[in-house]
Amino acid sequence: MKMKFTFWKAVFLLVVAAGAYGTYVRFFHGLGASTNLSDQFPWGIWIGFDVLCGVMLAAGGFTLTAAVHILNIQRLKPIVRPTILTAFLGYVLVSVALLFDLGRPYNIWHPLIMRNPHSVMFEVAYCVMLYTTVLALEFSPIVLERFNLQKPLKVVKAVLIPLVLLGVILSTLHQSSLGTLYLIMPTKLHPFWYTPLLPVFFFLSAIAVGLAMTIFESSMSSKHFGRELELPILQELGRVLLVVLTVYGILRLEDLGHRGVLGQIFISSYEQRLFLLEIALALVLPLILLSLPKVRQTPGGLYLAAVSVVLGFITNRLNVSITGMETAAGLHYIPKWTEIAITGAIIAVGFALFAAAVKYLPIFPEHKPITASEEPVLVKAPVLSHAGD
Amino acid sequence: MSKALLYDATLCIDCKQCEAACAEQNKLPYDDTIAKEEKQSEHKFTAVLSHGDKYMRRLCMNCQDPACVSVCPVAALRKTSAGPVIYEASRCMGCRYCMAACPFGVPKYEWGSLNPKVRKCTMCPERVLAGRQTACAENCPTGATKFGERDDLISEARKRIQDNPSNYIPHIYGVEEVGGTSVLLLSSVPFEQFGYRTDFPSDALPLRTYRVLSRIPDFIPLGFVMLGGVWWITHRREAVAAAEGKAAVDSSKEQNQ
Repeated sequence: MKMKFTFWKAVFLLVVAAGAYGTYVRFFHGLGASTNLSDQFPWGIWIGFDVLCGVMLAAGGFTLTAAVHILNIQRLKPIVRPTILTAFLGYVLVSVALLFDLGRPYNIWHPLIMRNPHSVMFEVAYCVMLYTTVLALEFSPIVLERFNLQKPLKVVKAVLIPLVLLGVILSTLHQSSLGTLYLIMPTKLHPFWYTPLLPVFFFLSAIAVGLAMTIFESSMSSKHFGRELELPILQELGRVLLVVLTVYGILRLEDLGHRGVLGQIFISSYEQRLFLLEIALALVLPLILLSLPKVRQTPGGLYLAAVSVVLGFITNRLNVSITGMETAAGLHYIPKWTEIAITGAIIAVGFALFAAAVKYLPIFPEHKPITASEEPVLVKAPVLSHAGD
Repeated sequence: MSKALLYDATLCIDCKQCEAACAEQNKLPYDDTIAKEEKQSEHKFTAVLSHGDKYMRRLCMNCQDPACVSVCPVAALRKTSAGPVIYEASRCMGCRYCMAACPFGVPKYEWGSLNPKVRKCTMCPERVLAGRQTACAENCPTGATKFGERDDLISEARKRIQDNPSNYIPHIYGVEEVGGTSVLLLSSVPFEQFGYRTDFPSDALPLRTYRVLSRIPDFIPLGFVMLGGVWWITHRREAVAAAEGKAAVDSSKEQNQ
């Protein structure tokens, strides 16, 4: 077997090795030794990035299946499979990250039998659990086709539409509920982000990020898997993204004004700078790029807008879950290297699994074999580590 | 009727008997070093803070409608009708949402443990259920910490302020904060000096999440019907177009674009 040793392969191995050591520290020496969490700051990047951003970045799954199977926009069909793959991997990795963060991970099944329907976390747990199952079923035809298992394939296809409906409903619920989680903290979260509309904002931004991630992914796959770029499809997604961002932007502005926080935008503070960064990346830059038809129609312009949206809403999730809480906690939280190493390793494994799936399963419509020089993990890895900044 | 504690800081002499009694009751270590720690932690559920010759206790407020209880996905935390907010470690999966949600920052965590528990004052539930006082109240030599019916204690606190207005700031902490708490505080200096925030809303925090969660049962069937309806329309349109021939398909495609 030929193994080509490249720079990015080395980086990948290094990240996974660091993650493996971090895993040892976490499970043999506890949360105290492996994180910079404290009684004042009980949630760090494993919740703020791995879970909140992870679920958000996987939102393409429900957005695209709804567009194709419910709205019947058949033109989008060629990109449904890679999107479902991303979503499925995303949710599996979110669950893995959760095992690191939970103090008693072996009790993760407890919500199944110990219920508290008043808890947002309980609802999120159920939705994520059920939706991961739905995604596994939505993904299963790809595997069943690969091994030519006609009978189970027929069964899955027969229940596909109810499955898609269920998936969209579950996603709507838990994407918004991740925002609802923070409604209980009016005394802790900075007013830039604390609003009764948090669930609405989380849901709308999940759709925006779902679309942006789909554009991002298609662009990346066309570059690195030697595929043709589905430009007309991406242009259409770009148009919808423009609409979603506009609605989100208007609501967000309305909400800030209504709560009388608009004035604070002009007063220099730690939160103000982070807020402006978020708004610039998530709204201002992509809205400008996408409203110029000349930019919107080029692959480069679309790609830039998509990356900006993704980075902008990652900033938003981190602001809600981490930076917006720091003043009330009276400290600055900076993740320990082990927290970052484990997050990095989870992302790297995600890319490796994606690449393996593309290689061995009929993910893309015209399934072309890839050559060694186009080793996907290695080329793509730096982009994502950048997205995690 | 629920039980409560009234702590009157003007009667406190900083003897720390409450701390020692609490440690003994909860089987926690207690010595001179721990006595000097002026904060709650995984090994210290109540602390007497000093600010010159003014003192203030910190402990779990055992809220009337506690955020920690409402957020716990596995119901490991519960508010008993007698007052105490109790914790059942065997249910806990360690999500720490209780810690994130508590407006007073009370629940502490055993960060160094591989089987960590949430630690906090639980208002001596065994004692209270047996009709006894909490350990801290029983051992207070000056009556600064008093155990009793919440309503009675509120009336008594009002009376103390009324009888001696120059001795107190005119506020009973815990009557209204986040919907009321089972620990009530009286002080001669502003509560902020001891880290008690006075900008809390007077409505119980769980209402804010419940307002959203309570809509879910309606949303699910509605969502199914609406999405199913859209599916039916879009696919029916396709079927009709197919039936009407290729020309119709082409025109509908153009329309869609």
